[in-house]
Amino acid sequence: MTQKTAIEPPASSQPGYDLWRRDYERQLADPRPVTNRSGIEIKPLYIPADWDSQRYAADLGFPGQPPMTRGIYPSMYRGRIWSQRQLVGLGTPEHYNRRLRRLIDAGVTAISLIPCNSVYRGYDIDEVDPLLVGTCGTTVNTIEDMESCFDNIDIGRISTAMNDPLPFTLLALLLGVARRRGIAWRYITGTSNQSDYISHFVANHMFVRLALPGARRVLVDHIAFCTEQVPNWNPLSVVGQHMQQAGATPAQAMAFTLCTAILYVEDCLNRNLDPEQFLPRFTFFFDISISFFEEIAKFRAGRRLWQKIVRERFGVNSSRARRFKFHAQTSGVDLTRQQPLNNIARVTAQAMAGIFGGLQSLHTDAYDEVLSTPTESAAQIAVATQNILRGEAHLTDVIDPLAGSYYVETLTNQMEEHIESIIGQIDDAGGMFKAVEQGLVQRMINESSREFQRRVENAEQLVVGVNAYQVEEEQAVRRPLERPDPECIGAQVNRLSRFKAGRDQNQVGKALDRLAAAANRPDANVFAAVVDAVIDGVTHGEAVACLRRELGFGEPLIVA
Amino acid sequence: MAEATGSDHRSPIRVLVTKIGLDGHDRGSLVVAAHLRDAGMEVVYTPPWQEISAVVKLALEEDIHVIGLSCLATDHLLVPKLMDALREAGLKHVPVVVGGIVPDEDEAILLAAGVRRVFHPGASLQAITDTITGLAETAFSADDLR
Repeated sequence: MTQKTAIEPPASSQPGYDLWRRDYERQLADPRPVTNRSGIEIKPLYIPADWDSQRYAADLGFPGQPPMTRGIYPSMYRGRIWSQRQLVGLGTPEHYNRRLRRLIDAGVTAISLIPCNSVYRGYDIDEVDPLLVGTCGTTVNTIEDMESCFDNIDIGRISTAMNDPLPFTLLALLLGVARRRGIAWRYITGTSNQSDYISHFVANHMFVRLALPGARRVLVDHIAFCTEQVPNWNPLSVVGQHMQQAGATPAQAMAFTLCTAILYVEDCLNRNLDPEQFLPRFTFFFDISISFFEEIAKFRAGRRLWQKIVRERFGVNSSRARRFKFHAQTSGVDLTRQQPLNNIARVTAQAMAGIFGGLQSLHTDAYDEVLSTPTESAAQIAVATQNILRGEAHLTDVIDPLAGSYYVETLTNQMEEHIESIIGQIDDAGGMFKAVEQGLVQRMINESSREFQRRVENAEQLVVGVNAYQVEEEQAVRRPLERPDPECIGAQVNRLSRFKAGRDQNQVGKALDRLAAAANRPDANVFAAVVDAVIDGVTHGEAVACLRRELGFGEPLIVA
Repeated sequence: MAEATGSDHRSPIRVLVTKIGLDGHDRGSLVVAAHLRDAGMEVVYTPPWQEISAVVKLALEEDIHVIGLSCLATDHLLVPKLMDALREAGLKHVPVVVGGIVPDEDEAILLAAGVRRVFHPGASLQAITDTITGLAETAFSADDLR
């Protein structure tokens, strides 16, 4: 791990500095150096010798203008508040639809669709153990299922983020529903949340479906298709969250994310896509740990770096194409099973860091996710936490309110420098694709996750209830778990068999043949073929299985 | 580091660290596996998504002393089926421990099915290492561990 040493300010330049230094050292309780999670040493005091307002124009500028440090929009939260997008997905499509309609009645305009783990793994629900069906998300396999998910919901007016790894069967199903309802695809808005196959290969193996070369090709097909046919959809979300959850430090997670985005831009340019068209639709997704100032600095530094990368590496100058739009989620890694209500305080601190970091969209975790799939009551508290921060705490009155703080600006600069040095390491390894093929990124993440665990075990990293302030807890009765009703799941499996039996089998066979043919023709668009296939009645599991046959099964490279 | 192997004339404890079911989050299993290796154990590590039959086969072929399962997203619901399969394969004596997100009411079900210990978030690596060492030494004689 890179150790950054804090720079000593010239003592003579600040009247009173010597006196403060002497008094400080006299009172100092613990002489050990303080470092943040990224390995940067943190000083006890920051002064104008560290950062002063003469650097304002170069380091900060104005919101919506390069270098974008202060935010990507001129009005930030005064103009548009962040989207409050909670993850929703449980049980059958009908169950999901009921929960969604309650949320929409409560004023939610941005929704999410979290499918069941069997869907993530690329299967239909009749291919896996029924015990696991619908326990972590919604069972959606067919165009009928997608119809039921959005029954009585105007999909042309609501923004839908879907956890939908490539080949993007859920978006294909949604587009199929839109066609059935006569809604033009240009009205379909939202984000393909799990489009970043690199992060799946490296960190969250849950979403790995296709082997790397096939994945690389299908992602560009998807971006090309959406840019042309679904122009208000964000086809790509580059995910630093997986890397940080897997153990990367905040600086590493930001660096790996930017390197991944560089790879995707290069691949889109090689396909002759127009960066002024696709770059404004690039989005990012990050973890927010409880390392408060480090996270704020991470986001400000990342925003500044991305606009610089887009200009310097790709020669794109418009502000629109250089905006670093990101969704963020409070980190589950920091939450504890011990004294679980304490997690509400942790989520609050994490969310505040994200808000001060200038996010566009936020998911706050339920305090009980360490215990089980979150309950509805805990999810309501997570929503209320955002409502309180947004409506009561006056956090949104001022744009980038921590700007000009000697500490925050110094740390932002140091994080930026540290992130750039990690990007340099990946560049030296031949870029992100090669670096993950060789296991370099995986090894770096493993080392960081072991180092973090070491700090927790040694109580260098204090965790309330785990290595400090433990209290004897009663083995209290926790609230009952919400589990899908086995009868409903059984009925859902029967519904799938009826759907499969009732299709025009000839049409389905031909659609699968066309999908396989598209996978083998480099000039064809695989995602376009997926959309056609599901409209013709092909299920999610059938489409993924077909592409796995043709393009290779995704085996992550696990460096154990 | 722990003296995992007890006296040094023995060969190391062999642990299978694996995941069954559909989940792919493996930070926990990777960290635990690395620590057990540092503690002197021989660790057989698999990618996630193992079939129950594959776990049984590995346990047999690799002379496994303790099986450690990481379950973070409801896959612990399959563990009783694994316990049945181990029993049918004559591996009832191989202790199984589970770590991850296991709700209290399910922990009771797992223990009743024969799981020896469930580790929850916040469990220390030392506690995990000590438990596995103790289970291996109780279940296997010094000869087995030789």
